[in-house]
Amino acid sequence: MNVIFISVFLPLVGFFLSSLFSLTKFIGHHESGKEKLVGVLSTLMIAIPFGIFATLFASFNGEAQIATLYDWFAAGAMSIKVSYQLDSLSLFMAMIVTGVGSLIHLYSIGYMHGDEGFARFFAYLNLFIFAMLNLILADNMVLMFLGWEGVGLCSYLLIGFWYDRKFDGIGIATTTDAANKAFIMNRIGDFAMLAAMFLIFQKISALDYNSILSQKEAFDSTHIFWITLLIFIGCTGKSAQIPLYTWLPDAMAGPTPVSALIHAATMVTSGIYLTARLSPLFIMSPDTMNLIAVVGIATAFIAATIGLTQNDIKKVLAYSTVSQLGYMFLALGIGAFGSAIFHVTTHAFFKACLFLGSGSVIHALHEEQDIRKMGGLAKVMPQTHATFLVASLALAGFPLTAGFFSKDDVLAKTFESGNYLLWGVGLVTAFITAFYTMRLYTLTFLGEARYNTDKHPHESPALMTAPLWILGALSLVGGAIGLPAVIQEQNWIQSFLSSSVASVQAHHLEHSNEWILLGISSIVAILGLAASFSIYSKKTVHVEPEGVTTVLYRKYYIDELYDAAVVKPFQFLASRLLAPIDNRIIDGLVNGIGSSMVGLGGALKRWQTGVAQNYALVITIGLILLVGYIALT
Amino acid sequence: MHIELNHYLWLSAFMFTVGVIGVLVRRNAIVIFMCVELMLNAVNLSFVAFSHFLSDIQGQMMVFFVMTVAAAEAAVGLAIVISLFRNRQTVNIDEINLLKG
Amino acid sequence: MALHDLLLALPITFATLWTILLIVVEATAKRAQLTFSLTSVGFLILITMMLFPSEQGYAFGEMLRLSPYSQFANFVFALSGLLVITLSQSYLAKENIHFGEYYIIVFIATLGMMLMASAAHMVVLFIGLEIMSIALYVLAGIMRKDLRANEAAMKYFLLGAFSSGFFLYGISLIYGATGEMTLFKIGIYLQENSATSLFWIGLSLMMVGFLFKISAVPFHQWTPDVYEGSPTPSTALMSTASKAAAFTALITVVLNVSSQTENNSNWIFALSTIAVLTMVVGNIAALSQDNLKRMLAFSSIAHAGYMLVGIVAGSDAGYSAVLYYALVYSLMNIGAFGVIALIEQQRELTSASDYAGLFKEKPLLAGVMALFMLSLTGIPPFGGFIGKYKLFAAAVESGLSWLAVVGVLASAVSAYYYLRVVVFMFMREPQAENQFEGVVLNPTLVLIALLVFLLGIFPTGMLRFAGEAMKFAFNM
Repeated sequence: MNVIFISVFLPLVGFFLSSLFSLTKFIGHHESGKEKLVGVLSTLMIAIPFGIFATLFASFNGEAQIATLYDWFAAGAMSIKVSYQLDSLSLFMAMIVTGVGSLIHLYSIGYMHGDEGFARFFAYLNLFIFAMLNLILADNMVLMFLGWEGVGLCSYLLIGFWYDRKFDGIGIATTTDAANKAFIMNRIGDFAMLAAMFLIFQKISALDYNSILSQKEAFDSTHIFWITLLIFIGCTGKSAQIPLYTWLPDAMAGPTPVSALIHAATMVTSGIYLTARLSPLFIMSPDTMNLIAVVGIATAFIAATIGLTQNDIKKVLAYSTVSQLGYMFLALGIGAFGSAIFHVTTHAFFKACLFLGSGSVIHALHEEQDIRKMGGLAKVMPQTHATFLVASLALAGFPLTAGFFSKDDVLAKTFESGNYLLWGVGLVTAFITAFYTMRLYTLTFLGEARYNTDKHPHESPALMTAPLWILGALSLVGGAIGLPAVIQEQNWIQSFLSSSVASVQAHHLEHSNEWILLGISSIVAILGLAASFSIYSKKTVHVEPEGVTTVLYRKYYIDELYDAAVVKPFQFLASRLLAPIDNRIIDGLVNGIGSSMVGLGGALKRWQTGVAQNYALVITIGLILLVGYIALT
Repeated sequence: MHIELNHYLWLSAFMFTVGVIGVLVRRNAIVIFMCVELMLNAVNLSFVAFSHFLSDIQGQMMVFFVMTVAAAEAAVGLAIVISLFRNRQTVNIDEINLLKG
Repeated sequence: MALHDLLLALPITFATLWTILLIVVEATAKRAQLTFSLTSVGFLILITMMLFPSEQGYAFGEMLRLSPYSQFANFVFALSGLLVITLSQSYLAKENIHFGEYYIIVFIATLGMMLMASAAHMVVLFIGLEIMSIALYVLAGIMRKDLRANEAAMKYFLLGAFSSGFFLYGISLIYGATGEMTLFKIGIYLQENSATSLFWIGLSLMMVGFLFKISAVPFHQWTPDVYEGSPTPSTALMSTASKAAAFTALITVVLNVSSQTENNSNWIFALSTIAVLTMVVGNIAALSQDNLKRMLAFSSIAHAGYMLVGIVAGSDAGYSAVLYYALVYSLMNIGAFGVIALIEQQRELTSASDYAGLFKEKPLLAGVMALFMLSLTGIPPFGGFIGKYKLFAAAVESGLSWLAVVGVLASAVSAYYYLRVVVFMFMREPQAENQFEGVVLNPTLVLIALLVFLLGIFPTGMLRFAGEAMKFAFNM
């Protein structure tokens, strides 16, 4: 028995165990003991696979290895196997998923304490990891699709986990609506993915990665264009890119650990993983690559500007996730597949840390999510505060943090590829990112307390802060795996992934240029942080007796300048231009298709008169048409 | 005049069409059912005609089976009509439309 | 000679004799419970018989053809029959229609289906179809005092008889055109001679009969009305095994006339159009249905459309995909109707919103229902996914990628209404306290769910069974 199977199937075992527990009611004082049991068991089911992957990683020699469990089914000439492929890319991703996954499981034991659906929550979470591992480790697209649908389903179940809660999103009112929206948008993407699979299958009668990549010459250029385009459309659904990104902010309706695990660190990056996995195909179609780069940067920019205007702590983070995913697609689009995975990695660390930190805050304030009603939490929640600050700096790209190196890597590669416009927009987006990140941090932790004082917030238990510290530390030093060439000649992650990911050979930058780019990135990040800090730390926010919050500005000339020159234009852009596109056009289109289908169904109802003779008449007409067409033409 | 296969076939087709039209326009369930029987018997006519002109016994064999089936169908059909009539006091097919939409 | 025939056609001989036994026992003992047990035993014996390889060949002077093909089909019918009657018992008792006849009629319907799948001659085909149909008319109307059941039986009967008229006329014209009624002889005739328009009219008329039975658009309108009005366990049988039977018979006929249809672009176009219409209309109409039985009725229309894609593909891969799908589809649909029947016994709950909060009160039942819904949607790793995959892959192999794409698109739409049920079960509060009190999970449902799941993760055995069925279908 191969250890890969053990690591893939342990989460499934965990799912079954937790499901069994969820069927038995939690009674009386045994409750917390049972919670611990379920929580620890489920966490182990993820932590053990992480241990296995880490061991495999330590002894990994760069050779891909395929482990076949059994022949799943045969379709025509080919047979689909349940087999897993362990190469540098999948091993690396599996480590991220199980590593971050176990930390989030650990955190959830504290976070979900006392929840009615405690065991059910862990069951879904374990099932999610199982599906995610299938998605990553599968050696063929059908098994990958199993994982692909599985993670979608788990995400759906988890978004709607607290189904009786109201949720205020774009055009939706409840968490269930949010779940439905996510599912429907993902179905659009899944359809494209299936169509791509059929196109591949039609040409080479195989769907495993090795055959696809070794027979890639069999595809002509139109074929390859459509295949890659359709796969990319599939990825836009799962990884929340234009035009299918509006579900992700609404997915914040789910419990916060879910947002951290699924909607930040793992599932949403599966589109990037898949594109990297099939990178040799993608580089055969420059058109698709250009499209990916443009969609990526556009998403990054638009989502970042919308992030400026949000007041819900999780929504800011959600738009920031969409925006960072946009950076990753930018990297894919310019052929820097390794850089994209690098950013996936650091993003998993700092964004999981931010989400978990926000969960800790929300918990302390009794489900308050509005940053206008926070403030001053640094004193009462020192640990959450410290880790949140570190992760924020990483997100903002503060020099020497993990996020700095990965984001700079993406931008440097963009510069290298000669797409100066993309690079410029990327830089502007980096500034906005730093700006909204500091705004979020400042409003939440600094200044005066604006929450209702009888809430008595306090630091979360150690079970929740320990993962924060680990993720915070990784956000700080995680960049070491991909240091730029000026610091370390051999970029570790690029060379590690080179055996499984295609690379576009571009001319390397002069060291002096690279230093300049690093400098520019640093300056942009620091400027953004400073500008934001100077505005938001000096604001006082009063909570009036009626509970209406009004924001008063202390009149500093420099603030007004910043405000007029930087903040206002972007906020205007976001609220007047982009947000309407967000909810009217895209959602309108999706909803429009849905409602017109239902309308069509209603029209069909009228044909169903209930009178048998009308049915007989339709049968007769059908018969006449059939006979007329087949026999008499 | 010599009667050919075609004559039988046209007659059979005519009877069949009368049956079909009857099903489409009559309201009474029993009459509709009789029209269905007319369709079946029109087909029987064509079977016998084919059988005769092909000098093949299978067509005539088929007719016996069709007659048997028609009888069984009549038994079940009339039972359904009766139970319907008991509950609804009508056998008009256009008044029976509880199920629709 | 005669004895040899009886042995060769053992499943059918056995089923016939067992029917007589059942009638005698019921007439003398008049104990529904006993009849139920005996019928179950009959089905179990049939299922066991189908699992072992047996002699193949023609019986009774080329009337019946016993082969792995008929064996696979009979397996599906007997399994469906068994599952349906075990799910019927408590429902019938609750509705005060617990007659022993019910089980016998289900058994007779199954016998009719078996004849259809084993038919080598038009007479047997017709008789099988009628035995099945007449039995189903009775099953639809077995709740004699119920207005809706009366109406359902009436509509089913009238339209069914109407369509059999066309079917029979088609047989007659094909007989006239080819001079034969034995299927393989018709095939030989068609290989040597070109088809006349008399033949094409006959074939089209026969197709109308089949398309009515599988409820393909535009011959589908009876389906929702009849499914809604009939007692739910009867609906389960109608929507599954009877469709499977019509499909197996359709494949038999299509295979034998393939020398003509293969090159007729009109034929392929007409069939593809019907497949597309069936998938699209079925799924879209299901979207706006609130009554769960009607929704499943329209969804069963859509599933017939998917299976038609396999028929249009016209290859062995396509046909064996249809067989496999017939099995999986029968299981998951019987399961879904089984859950509905279970809940109907307790309260008159018909719309999806009535299932709100089922998960909270009956988690296992809700889980089982969710599994059926997901499998019907075609989400891996359940049986429905493999079935759909095989069907669409066969279409792609036959150069009909566009048909596969329409199919995938249509089933993407279907996610909406299947998931709606899941949403209500899992993500809504119950409308009242303890409203599902007294609903007892039938172990059969768990068994069906397990089978649907196993057919998704270990489909190879059954796929091979279906593949063998096609390989030996007509090589004699």
